[in-house]
Amino acid sequence: MRDTATFRVKAGLAEMLKGGVIMDVVTPEQARIAESAGATAVMALERVPADIRKEGGVARMSDPSLIEGIQEAVTIPVMAKARIGHFMEARVLEALEVDYIDESEVLTPADEANHIDKWEFKVPFVCGATNLGEALRRIAEGAAMIRSKGEAGTGNVVEAVRHIRLITGEIRRLQSMDASELPTAAKNLQAPLDLVREVAENGKLPVVLFCAGGIATPADAALMMSLGAEGNFVGSGIFKSEDPERTAAAIVEATTHFEDPERVARASRGLGQPMAGVEIAALGENGLIQHRGW
Amino acid sequence: MVVGVLALQGDFEAHCRVLRALGADCRLVRTPQDLDGLDGLVMPGGESTTMTLGIEREGLAEPLRELARSGKPVLATCAGMIMLDRDHLGVLDMVARRNAFGRQLNSFESDLDLSGFGETLRAVFIRAPWVEDAGEGIEVLAEVDGHPVAVRQGEIMAVAFHPELTGDPRVHAWLVERIHAAERAREAA
Repeated sequence: MRDTATFRVKAGLAEMLKGGVIMDVVTPEQARIAESAGATAVMALERVPADIRKEGGVARMSDPSLIEGIQEAVTIPVMAKARIGHFMEARVLEALEVDYIDESEVLTPADEANHIDKWEFKVPFVCGATNLGEALRRIAEGAAMIRSKGEAGTGNVVEAVRHIRLITGEIRRLQSMDASELPTAAKNLQAPLDLVREVAENGKLPVVLFCAGGIATPADAALMMSLGAEGNFVGSGIFKSEDPERTAAAIVEATTHFEDPERVARASRGLGQPMAGVEIAALGENGLIQHRGW
Repeated sequence: MVVGVLALQGDFEAHCRVLRALGADCRLVRTPQDLDGLDGLVMPGGESTTMTLGIEREGLAEPLRELARSGKPVLATCAGMIMLDRDHLGVLDMVARRNAFGRQLNSFESDLDLSGFGETLRAVFIRAPWVEDAGEGIEVLAEVDGHPVAVRQGEIMAVAFHPELTGDPRVHAWLVERIHAAERAREAA
């Protein structure tokens, strides 16, 4: 008896990606560069977040032919993004047999009240979160992997740090509580009590936690690992840098050797200019995409 | 007893949890120096391309080969199985076909008869390889769809599935037992 799409099988692929870097790519050529640099997976999309931010307009699921071109170019897992709540885009991505679907705030949300019911899918989902409650709500909806959101397309790691610190800090707080305090904690987190109990007991999320949004240098990647990320998503940071090949390989190396500053230093040497990056304050409240999702 | 777990990338922590529960000390291996004085080794699951590049970058290929050929017990799962085949480190006399079952949609779990391991165990296959072109020295321990998914050659066991993800310690217990057996043989000598 062969069981496909069990939660263990879905969450298990994320286990295999741990300690690695998942890179945004917009062409088959970029996908090959990412694979040759040691990416554990690629995220196939039409525009990297920095360009979505600059060009504006509605950001949607990518053209299937672009995703298929990238699937043919590499043998590592290929992920693709659907808009929040857009279960039809997700069904299309499942029909394309992508390996993971990212229900992503980087695209323009399609439903401002509901996320996709991810249990109904065979393909696993990764979702963004800015805090523990949000992460547990996504897991309750069926997400098999979580990434902290950060502020995508900025090359500025400050929001990613805020979110991973919030998530790990809230986990530590749950661990210090006794059983009778957990129902109130669940209420305050707006998260299911059974998941809150599980986190309190194990001291970690029930699925793999990666970090995303603003990682642009090897030191950024190592910082996020030191703060408790189990791997990194790097979007604009690679192909908006001066030397994408070397930057990609360097971020992979720093993610592996995050506990060894000499290795992070070696990886950081002579990479040329990283992506330019922007101040979060300059974006204004309406320019923040991390608040998409609920 | 110190068991090394290759930790360039992948689910190495899951392996460490099982090994510690069996009473072994676990050392993460990221550089050739980390291999010094190990009693056994685990090659974990992960992305085989990433792992291959990492082994190259760290200069780990020859030291890993030496350790495996020295007769120290080695357990490899999924990508780890690929690392040991003829096209990679060349330690096992077979070729592992990558993503043999297809994309993630075809990943699955099922009960598996693993020869010599008693009752069936639950096996999780994630974008898993299978074994092709196995040489004479390779003993096949289990098959799926007529393809070998668990093999043994001397003190090396390689499986296409993930015993580290199911909470069943029998496969890791084999590694620990082989290390004990090697210790006993050394003492007797």
